[in-house]
Amino acid sequence: MKQLLIVGGGTAGTMMANKLAPVLDDSEWHITLIDEHETHYYQPGFLFIPWGIYNKNDVIKPKRDFYPSGIDVIISPIEIIEPDENRVKLADGRVISYDLMIVATGSRINPGETEGMLGDKWHKNIFDFYTIEGATNLRNFIKYWEGGKLVVNVVEMPIKCPVAPLEFAFLADWYFTEQGIRDKVEIEYVTPLPGAFTKPIAAKFLGEFLTKKNIKLTSDFSAGRVDAENNKLYSWDEEAIDYDLLVTIPTNMGAEVIGRSGMGDDLNFIPTDHHTLQSKKWENVFVLGDATDLPSSKAGSVAHFEADVLFENIQRYIDGRPLKPAFDGHANCYIESGFGKGILIDFNYDVEPLPGKFPLPGVGPFSLLQETRMNHWGKMTFRWVYWNLLLKGAELPIEAQMTMAGKKRV
Amino acid sequence: MAEATLAGVTVERDDEGFFKNPDDWKEEMAPELAKEIGIDPLTEEHWKVIRFMREDYKVKGQVPSIRRMKNEGGISTKDLYNLFPKGPAKKAAYIAGLGKPHGCI
Ligand SMILES: Cc1cc2nc3c(=O)[nH]c(=O)nc-3n(C[C@H](O)[C@H](O)[C@H](O)COP(=O)(O)OP(=O)(O)OC[C@H]3O[C@@H](n4cnc5c(N)ncnc54)[C@H](O)[C@@H]3O)c2cc1C
Repeated sequence: MKQLLIVGGGTAGTMMANKLAPVLDDSEWHITLIDEHETHYYQPGFLFIPWGIYNKNDVIKPKRDFYPSGIDVIISPIEIIEPDENRVKLADGRVISYDLMIVATGSRINPGETEGMLGDKWHKNIFDFYTIEGATNLRNFIKYWEGGKLVVNVVEMPIKCPVAPLEFAFLADWYFTEQGIRDKVEIEYVTPLPGAFTKPIAAKFLGEFLTKKNIKLTSDFSAGRVDAENNKLYSWDEEAIDYDLLVTIPTNMGAEVIGRSGMGDDLNFIPTDHHTLQSKKWENVFVLGDATDLPSSKAGSVAHFEADVLFENIQRYIDGRPLKPAFDGHANCYIESGFGKGILIDFNYDVEPLPGKFPLPGVGPFSLLQETRMNHWGKMTFRWVYWNLLLKGAELPIEAQMTMAGKKRV
Repeated sequence: MAEATLAGVTVERDDEGFFKNPDDWKEEMAPELAKEIGIDPLTEEHWKVIRFMREDYKVKGQVPSIRRMKNEGGISTKDLYNLFPKGPAKKAAYIAGLGKPHGCI
């Protein structure tokens, strides 16, 4: 019996297990999945917790509810992966060998990478919202905040869900307006990028939104350290920005186990073929989701498109067929823009976000690079889609590859 | 796309002045490239960075990130920003005749 090992059972690992379990010949292949935690977090929901739109219970479910029957599930931290030996060692000493491995260990924030960030003020007036603790602690702060200067800062790229910090700023503008204290809150968006977003057309479009909402944009700012005593954020060039409330998106890195196992780059992301999703170093290792070093967005939607490609390539690998270089970097992100509206972007490695209609050309119902109420409903429906379709590996009415149909070149 | 003559040799560069082909680069070209982006003179400290970048590029096939220069090259990020103010990765790659480092998404 051959062993297919899935390492990491979050968004991507769960999806892959659900896709593969029904199709692999169970007289030849056995699937084992390992994760260290029992609880699955709907991470996109973290964005809504600081504003009291969602609470903790809205974003958690037991992981086991989503794993298919007929596979082995091990809940234990992985101590080390030894790809040269085709095995992994668990923290409890067990050793699991594999013939084929899919790594989906995700990415996480590392506030300790920035000097002065993790100190007395961490989760007092310096918060992240990329973890459940950060999001809920920030909720408790914002609930009673009477105003001051809010700085939203992206420390460095890449980060998962690169639009989330912008959405956070838009929602802050909405929330404090609703609370009747917008005139007492100054909002500044501080980013290492040259504009509001990476790609030029979307950067311009989203930059205009910041202006419209009276959010100050400070670009090309590479955060070097925090002086938490004096509430100042410093760039490596010693420029200082004052804050009363600092909401940071700290350095994002791949899982520590990837670093310990010598499988990653300097940020613990695994060098991966951009189109086949095979590890660049080990031919029986494939990588999925946030764990890769692909120059695509790190998002659940991207993991979903990758999974369609990987599903085929795993079967091709098993059947001894050449892999299909079919992943094109496709990403599809709803951007919540406040006041019950949203924006949608759809893009890939080569084509930046363009205006148009989605998914049906000319029809929609969603509008690309435009602010509409319908796009907001898309974002809110995503939670249902995530739990009920995405994790279960179901087909969605969207092709894995991006299409130009419905898009306008500008 | 533009051609330019540096240290007596004609090389191809992109619209922003980054080298199209890193193999065209020679050490004698560096001071002139540095001057173009306002760094003059090139000190031994600058050279340490440029040499590390060239070496690492040869092995890895890509321009090293700031974190890699710290971890592998032993060059502190603070020093990098002092030597190549605002955007050290880009500026050092420019002088080292490497392509523009890929931004991330
Ligand atoms: C605030 C926020 C908003 C977001 N918004 C959106 C959005 O609107 N749309 C969208 O598409 N995406 C969004 N995302 C991104 C999305 O959540 C991630 O891209 C997605 O979850 C990645 O899936 P993954 O499987 O690669 O990683 P994860 O889902 O993080 O799974 C990784 C798994 O690996 C396990 N693991 C790690 N190390 C070990 C170890 N040593 N031993 C055992 N197990 C281990 C972890 O326990 C975890 O279960 C958002 C993310 C955040 C934080």
